[in-house]
Amino acid sequence: MVLDGTLGAPDTSELDHPVRLALLGAPNCGKTSLFNALTGGKAKVANYPGVTVEYRKGYFATHRNHDVEILDLPGVYGDCGHSLDERVTIDALSGALDGERQPDGILFLLDASHIQTHLHNVLQAKNYGLPMVVVLNMMDMAARDGIKIDVPALERELGVPVISAVAVRESGRAALATFLDGWVGDLRRGGGTIPDAHPESLKTLQAEARGITAGTVFRPDTNTQTERLDRLFMHPVLGPLILLIILFVMFQAVYSWAAPLTGVIESGIGLLQSGAAAIIPDGWLLSLISDGIIAGVGAVVVFLPQIIILFAFILALEASGYMARAAFLVDTLMAKVGLNGRAFIPLLSSFACAVPGIMAARTIEGERDRLTTILIAPLMTCSARWPVYLVIIGAFIPATKVGPFGLQGLVGFILMITGIVFALIFAFAFKRTLLKGAKPSLLLELPSYKMPVLRDYLMGLWERAKIFIIRAGRIILPAAIGIWFLASYPTRANGIEETYAGMIGKLLQPLFAPIGFNLEMTISLIPAMAAREVAVGTLGTIYAVETEDSSQALTEILSGQWTLPMGLAFLAWFVFAPQCISTLAIMRKETNSWKWPAFAFFYMTAMAYIAALLTYRVAVAAGL
Amino acid sequence: MLASRSCLRDLPKRAPAIVSGFCGIDAELETRLREIGFAEGDRVEALHKGLFGGNPISVKLNGTHIALRRREAEAILIEPLTAA
Repeated sequence: MVLDGTLGAPDTSELDHPVRLALLGAPNCGKTSLFNALTGGKAKVANYPGVTVEYRKGYFATHRNHDVEILDLPGVYGDCGHSLDERVTIDALSGALDGERQPDGILFLLDASHIQTHLHNVLQAKNYGLPMVVVLNMMDMAARDGIKIDVPALERELGVPVISAVAVRESGRAALATFLDGWVGDLRRGGGTIPDAHPESLKTLQAEARGITAGTVFRPDTNTQTERLDRLFMHPVLGPLILLIILFVMFQAVYSWAAPLTGVIESGIGLLQSGAAAIIPDGWLLSLISDGIIAGVGAVVVFLPQIIILFAFILALEASGYMARAAFLVDTLMAKVGLNGRAFIPLLSSFACAVPGIMAARTIEGERDRLTTILIAPLMTCSARWPVYLVIIGAFIPATKVGPFGLQGLVGFILMITGIVFALIFAFAFKRTLLKGAKPSLLLELPSYKMPVLRDYLMGLWERAKIFIIRAGRIILPAAIGIWFLASYPTRANGIEETYAGMIGKLLQPLFAPIGFNLEMTISLIPAMAAREVAVGTLGTIYAVETEDSSQALTEILSGQWTLPMGLAFLAWFVFAPQCISTLAIMRKETNSWKWPAFAFFYMTAMAYIAALLTYRVAVAAGL
Repeated sequence: MLASRSCLRDLPKRAPAIVSGFCGIDAELETRLREIGFAEGDRVEALHKGLFGGNPISVKLNGTHIALRRREAEAILIEPLTAA
C-alpha cells in the first residue's frame, strides 16, 4: 500500500477486483429476497467445483460505485458440517473451495422475529475471521408481532455493526445501502474490522447469546398471526384435508386454466407451419422445418402454460411458508415408510424436476436416508411427464365431468398419486433391505407465514419457464431434427416402416409388443431417453411425416391411431420409466458411483414394464 | 427434583416448560438441536401434535416454531413452568 502511493494513482492500492461479500444466514431469513433486491435479480447460478451444491453469484454497485460481487450461500444453521450444504458454506467462507477466492466480508442476515433462537449463529460466524455486518431483516414483521429490539445495545454487545432492514422494500434497504457504501469502501482499501474470534463450545455460545438477547430483545407473550393461522392449517383433521384440497385444486388448475393459452400457442404453431409452406417450396426443406422442427418443438412448447401454472402453485406454497406445514402434515406418513422428514421437500421439488429434487436431498443428514430419497425422487410426477400425460389424456379421456371435477384432471391426479404411492412402497422396501440404518429424524423450522414478494415470485417463475424453454431448445430441437431425419429416410414412400426409425423400432418391437406398444410408440421411447417430453415431440414428428398433414392436433391423430388400452399402457409406462439421462447423471454425481443410477434404472424399467403390461392386459380383458 | 424431570415428548399442549438439558446419549443429535436453537433455560410450548401417536410435534421455542419427531423430542429434557 505504501509503495503503491509513490505512483501517484490513488486507486492502485485498492483491490483490482470487486469486493466479494458472502450472504450468510439460516433458512427462511430472506436471503434470496435481499440478493434479488441488491442485484436486480441478475444472478449466475453456478456449481461449486467438485460438488454439486449450487450457489448464486451476482453483482451490484454501491451508490459511490464500489463494485460488489455477492455470493448467496446455502441457508444453514451452524458450522458443524452435518450436511453437504453446511460443509460447502464452511469451505466457501474459509477459502478452502478450489477456484474460489475467500470472501472479503460477511453479510449475516438474521430474521428479526427469530433473533433469540438464532443469535448464537452470529457468534459462531465471528470465528471465520472476516469482517462482518449483521442485517436484521423483516423488522416490519417483528414490529407487527410487538417485538422490540434495542439495536445500538445489540451492536455494542455483538461487537459488529447491526443494520435494521426490510429487504423486500426499497425504503427498507436505505440504511443498508448507506452503510454498505462506507463499509465496502473500507473493505476495498483492505480495511474493515475483523471481529474477535470466539472459539467456545456451542453451549457456551448459546448461553452468551441468550444473555445478549435478554437485555436487548423484548417479545410480548401474545399469539402471533402465524399461530392463529396454524390453528387451522396444522389442525390434526382439517390440516391434512386442506392440504389435499390445495393439491387437488392445483392439478385441476393445470388442466382448466391453461386451456385458452394452450389454444393460442397451438394456433401460433399452425400459423408458423402455413407461413413456412407459403414461402418454402415443397420438398425436403419444408418437411424439415414444418414437420421436423415446428411440429416437434411445438408439441412440447404447447405445455408451457401448464408448466407455469404448476410452478405458480409450488412457488406460492414455498414463499408463503405453507410448504413446511405440508412437510409436518405428511410426516406421519413419511415416518411409517422410514423416510427422513426432510425428504418431503426434495420429493416436492421433484414434482417440478427430479434433478433439483435429488440435489435438495443433500440437506438430509443420514447417508442411507439421503440415498433412499434419491432413489424414489424420480417417481414424483415431474414437469417432463406432464406433456406426455396431457397429450395422452387429451386423446383418450373424454372431457366429461365426474361430479364437480373434470375427468381429465382426475386421471392426471390418479397418475400422480400412483407415483407417490409406489415411491412410498419402494422407500419402505429399500429402508428394510438395501439401506437399513438408524431411525430417520425430523428437525425443521416452520417459518412465519408471509405474503410472497411479487418480484421474487415472478423471478422464480420466469427462471423455471426459462429452464423449460431452454430444454425445448437444447434437447428437443436437435432431437426433433434427428427424429425427422430417421423418420424420413431412406424412404417414407411406404410409411414409417421403411425408414431408419422404423428399422430400429422393429428391432425393439418384439420387446414392447406384449405391453401393447405399436411401432410408433416404441420408436418414441428411444429419443425420450434424453427427456420424457421428447416422446411427445417424437410422436408429433412421426405422425406429421406419416399422415402428411401437420395441421391436425396430435391428440386427434393419436385417438385415431391408438386404442384406449394402448394409451393407458403408455401412461402406465411413463409413471415409472427412468427416461431421463439428466436424472441418472445427477444421481451419479450426488452418490459418486454408477451403482445407484444403475440400480434406479433397473428397478424403474422393470416396474414400468410390469405396470404397462398389467394395464394393457387388464384394459383389453375389460373390453375397453 | 429428579421426579420433575421429563422430556419434551411428554409435554402436553399449551403447557409451557423450560428446557433443562439434553439427555446426552447422542452427541450429534444434541449439536443439531442446539444449532437449530434449543438451549438450557429456553421456554418451550407444544403447539400441535400429529394425528397418530402424537408424532411429529411442533413446538414454540423463543417465538420460533420447530417441528420434530418423537426421537428428537425425547432428547430434550424439560421442567414444567407452572408446577410448584
